[in-house]
Amino acid sequence: MSATEAAAAEETTEPRSTTGQALRRIVQGDLSSVRVILGLVMIAVIFQVQEDRFLSAQNLTNLMLQITTIGLISVGVVYVLLLGEIDLSVGAVSGLSAAVMAVLSVNHGWNAYLAIAAAIAVGATIGCMQGSLFSRFVVPSFVVTLAGLLAWEGALLQVLGQTGSLNINDPKITGLANIFYSDTVGWIFAAVIIAAYGAVLAIGFRRRVAAGIGDTNPLAQIARFVFLAAIVIAAVAVLNSDRGVPLAVMILLAFVVGMEYVAKRTTFGRHVFAVGGNAEAARRAGIRVNRVRVAVFTIAGTMAAIGGIMAASRLFAVNQNSGGNELLLLAIAGPVIAGTSLFGGRGSVWTALLGALVIGSISNGMDLLSLSSSVKLMVTGGVLLLAVLVDAIARQQRQTSGRV
Amino acid sequence: MEAGTPLLQLEGVSKRFGPVQALDRVDFAVHAGEVVGLVGDNGAGKSTLVKAIAGIHGADQGTIRFEGREVSISRPQDATELGIATVYQDLALCDNLDVVANLFLGREEVSPGAGSVSRQLDEVGMENETADLLSNLAVTIPSLRSEVGTLSGGQRQQVAVARSLLGEPRVVLLDEPTAALGVPQTKQVLQLIRRLRERDLGVVMISHNLVDVFAVADRVFVLRLGRAAGEFKADETTEEHVVSAITGVGDGRNQKEQPEEGEGA
Repeated sequence: MSATEAAAAEETTEPRSTTGQALRRIVQGDLSSVRVILGLVMIAVIFQVQEDRFLSAQNLTNLMLQITTIGLISVGVVYVLLLGEIDLSVGAVSGLSAAVMAVLSVNHGWNAYLAIAAAIAVGATIGCMQGSLFSRFVVPSFVVTLAGLLAWEGALLQVLGQTGSLNINDPKITGLANIFYSDTVGWIFAAVIIAAYGAVLAIGFRRRVAAGIGDTNPLAQIARFVFLAAIVIAAVAVLNSDRGVPLAVMILLAFVVGMEYVAKRTTFGRHVFAVGGNAEAARRAGIRVNRVRVAVFTIAGTMAAIGGIMAASRLFAVNQNSGGNELLLLAIAGPVIAGTSLFGGRGSVWTALLGALVIGSISNGMDLLSLSSSVKLMVTGGVLLLAVLVDAIARQQRQTSGRV
Repeated sequence: MEAGTPLLQLEGVSKRFGPVQALDRVDFAVHAGEVVGLVGDNGAGKSTLVKAIAGIHGADQGTIRFEGREVSISRPQDATELGIATVYQDLALCDNLDVVANLFLGREEVSPGAGSVSRQLDEVGMENETADLLSNLAVTIPSLRSEVGTLSGGQRQQVAVARSLLGEPRVVLLDEPTAALGVPQTKQVLQLIRRLRERDLGVVMISHNLVDVFAVADRVFVLRLGRAAGEFKADETTEEHVVSAITGVGDGRNQKEQPEEGEGA
């Protein structure tokens, strides 16, 4: 009885709500990725007008390489932001983890993969520790991770010892950021990604049609498929016309897609959103809130370590500045600029990539125009402020509409 | 009054918080397919009674019988396992999640096959079940995928009640389900409560609003200062009788009602 009945009920309510809903979602920030993509286009146009090297294949490849570290760290930061918390230690953790890898590989002659695994373990352990302190003792995450920021920076100096800098020469490590694939391999990647996306869309679509619920408009599915395929083909074409598809970009993409899947499609991800939205409701629903919190901070530490490894690979070295400077702030600013809420419960892992692209493009474009870092920082600050204001306004909108 | 064993029966339940006697030897019962309105002034012990049943804090004395056998409820899980669901006034919904996600919060269904490795959510299955449940209850929500934060107060209340039914409870405790709702929304929620009764559930509804209580309740149970202060059949009494039992004014009439109802309880 109910399947058809429910379908009928859905049908009567759906048409009215979808268009209105889409509009409301844009205003209230759920479709903020559209907003960010428009912003990116604007940034690209502005820089391209000023300096026609900006959209060259070489510069775009450089841009992609420049954002991998921030993007990887931001993936973990997104999870922390989804809880409505903050992790100020990710920069320092990335530096320390990279230093551990460098010392093990260079000074102790460890196998590169073992050294990388050890670095990731360091990041995960630190994250787990900070998460436990935060949830067990109900200390604000801000303070726990601020203490971490200081302590792990100290630990970085300690690990590096007197030289203060270590050059990495193991090609297995340096290759992470410096391997480019041939054109053929690049196109194979493109084909696999497009085919996989098509399969996922088709399977989901068939299930929804079979059940008669949800988005059963085939045109929307085809539009999404064509859109993604076009982006992938364009990206591979651009990268191939320079040095080829970089391994680093594939790693970043893999983490973004994988962690987005975890956030949006798994029970664990659902619990993260629930705790970020209403921790008390989550607790009463039987979700082990503290476990979720510890897991999320562990993810943040792990992703910070992976970002640090990528940075070291790109630089061929680890030094006292690793993980320092504005890396931390940019890694947090990125997802926020791209629409992940600072108040918890709203966002997506894609904002790690999109935010890194926004910040990276601004920074890259200003470098091309040989603007000083003073201007760069001020502009990035302005963009962040703008993004946070948009988030806050969207939140107020939601609250007023929620109380109707 | 009602035939057969009560679904849930409390005998001589007492609860003390320090110097305050919050509940004093209260006898209370709910039958299957019955709505009991639990009324009383602020501090009369309504919430304490519900919390004792829900296992938030166990009673100091007295016995609780569920379907005739004696049980002990000392933790919320005990109540849930027996089949007692509670909908608190704050609803405990996640505003940032949609209706389906809220309904299945903490008991998400996992996709069969490859997806189960990563505990992948079975969104289609959960949405189907949500649609079935809500249409059975005749609850209309514009879209099951709209965020709960965007729904009206009445819709949120209905979502919270529907959620409590997923565990297949026998008794549902509702804490002020119509508080802060407009007239049409109150109607919807009361209609939903009637449907719970049709499903043969025992419903306990705490409320300050006697109009709402009289609209749905079969029986009205009055607490005053932690004691049972009267029990009325809704169709055999008037609001004035209940008000005087709540306030303790006009005790003469109250006394008259009590013995007669005491036999039934």
